[in-house]
Amino acid sequence: MASVQFASATRLYPGTHQPAVSHLDLEIHDGELMVLVGPSGSGKSTALRLLAGLEPLDEGAVFIGDRDVSGVRPRDRDIAMVFQNYALYPQLTVAENMGFALKQHKVPKEERTARVREVARVLALEPFLERKPKNLSGGQRQRVAMGRAIVRKPQVYLMDEPLSNLDAKLRVQTRAELAELQARLAVTTVYVTHDQVEAMTMGHRVAVLRDGVLQQCDTPHALYHEPVNLFVAGFIGSPAMNLFRCASGQPIRIGGCALDLDAAMTSRLASFGGDRVVVGLRPEAVHVGEGPLAAHIRTVEDLGAEAFVHVAFDHEGETAFAVSKMPAPFKGQTGDDIDVGLAGTVHVFDPVGPRIATGPGRFAPSD
Amino acid sequence: MARSAGGQRGVGERRSVNAVMAVVAWLTALVFFFPVFWMILSSFKEEQDAYTSPKLLFSPTLDRYSDVTETSTGLLSFREAFFNSFWVVTVSTVVVLLLAIPAAYALAIRPVPKWRDVLFFFISTKFLPVVAAILPLWILARNFDLLNTRLVLMILYTGMNLPLAVWMLWSFFREIPRELIEAAELDGAGLRGQLASVILPIALPGLAATALLCVIFAWNEYFYAVQLNPADGSTIPIWVTTNISTRGNFLAKLSAASVLACVPVVLAGWLAQKRMIRGLSMGAIK
Repeated sequence: MASVQFASATRLYPGTHQPAVSHLDLEIHDGELMVLVGPSGSGKSTALRLLAGLEPLDEGAVFIGDRDVSGVRPRDRDIAMVFQNYALYPQLTVAENMGFALKQHKVPKEERTARVREVARVLALEPFLERKPKNLSGGQRQRVAMGRAIVRKPQVYLMDEPLSNLDAKLRVQTRAELAELQARLAVTTVYVTHDQVEAMTMGHRVAVLRDGVLQQCDTPHALYHEPVNLFVAGFIGSPAMNLFRCASGQPIRIGGCALDLDAAMTSRLASFGGDRVVVGLRPEAVHVGEGPLAAHIRTVEDLGAEAFVHVAFDHEGETAFAVSKMPAPFKGQTGDDIDVGLAGTVHVFDPVGPRIATGPGRFAPSD
Repeated sequence: MARSAGGQRGVGERRSVNAVMAVVAWLTALVFFFPVFWMILSSFKEEQDAYTSPKLLFSPTLDRYSDVTETSTGLLSFREAFFNSFWVVTVSTVVVLLLAIPAAYALAIRPVPKWRDVLFFFISTKFLPVVAAILPLWILARNFDLLNTRLVLMILYTGMNLPLAVWMLWSFFREIPRELIEAAELDGAGLRGQLASVILPIALPGLAATALLCVIFAWNEYFYAVQLNPADGSTIPIWVTTNISTRGNFLAKLSAASVLACVPVVLAGWLAQKRMIRGLSMGAIK
């Protein structure tokens, strides 16, 4: 087991001008489950492949433990990877698939068999050991791919969107199993996903990437409550954070209603030079049914325990949209005119990205 | 109601169209197969029957087969020619595969710089008419003392089939999911391990199809053989032509010889059929 460190790791694909991963500095602690998350093309898979040695570094270094593995061949890095499409050897049985790496490393047959059996038992794969991958379901294949990695007892697990080929229900179930398994094995794991829910539920820490650049690396709680910039704020959270472009003059007005902010925020806003800001509010800070803002309901998504209410209102002469997370049952219907209030954590961003201030805020009552 | 009646009529129409298509297909197949059928039929006839007006009813005989295999009209006996062909085909095909597998790997899996140009160069060697190169080849063969040897045909057939084999294997190797090779790499398999345990087993149908085509082309090759090796070490196609004589009838004998020349490739094709179809369609369907 070991820590992992990216030190200014950069990868520029031949024929491109923008690095797929640009000066990535990231330290992953021993036994930690680090999730790399970001939209398509954010460089998260490339970062993983740099760690695996499947892509060469153009700049910087990658360390596993104290060892600089930048120039080390993939097979000598002592890592195991789970691929998105599982990459099971189609001509080999489940047992042979799981024992393949041990065989390559010349582990005696008896030990190999014992280790494969043990892992198969943990993953409930014992009945399928003699089957070929084509005769397995998607979930079983996924478990074989996991098993193949676990059997090796490597220093680091790399997982490249391992759950994205499973159906929704199985994905949620496997997600929990995987997190539990990782905690039990306590092996450093780097997990790549584009699904921010997966990132938030599994990661000890989550690194958000965009266009090859690390935006923020923190605990899921910190990412949600203290996003460092607009991108992270918009990317993390489901439904996404409501963002409104406003004039920066005090008080900040949304849909004509003034926002009451605390003194610390007010002073930070006062020192901000720009004339526009972006105000962000999580759906739980938007309250439909009471408040000074006149809006109408666009649609209601009733999830049983809660409802996502999408509303539209007039903001600086244009229609603005917001989504609110309301406890169920929610009475309103599409098309209803309704009052909206804002109360909760307010984030204020510079329109070019960085966060200016975060703090409690609400609509001023008398406006 | 109206829709379902229309639907039924549609199904009926489609059935009759299918029937017509099937008949056309069978007729076309028969037209193509007829010369082969005629050759097989003639090979079981007496010489004079083979020349007379077509008749389907005759007393079949195997005499023509014993004629062509037992007596050697030319310098070459069937036995000699068969073994010459066998060795030339086997050695050239094995060498072609041994060379084409690493070449295709370098082009498909770990593309070398300018791999498209390399691939085009391989196939471009087939553009030249063989007859344009035969004189330098003949002179080279003479200078290296290779005329009338099996070795010269082994070398030439290797060169002849190599571009095709590289091209085919390249297309098969390209279909292998990259992650599988990467998984093997991470699992500790070296280059040889990746080839032996991942790439070749998966590309086996393609490998079989490639080998089969090499066998067929080498077995059927006539031009090089007749130019560079018409005597001692020559092959089955040359032997077939030795059954043409300037005097007397030879059509039935020639038919028998041709049937014998066809049997090995037809047999190989039939045995490899299943694999080959999968192999040939491997590039088409993901």
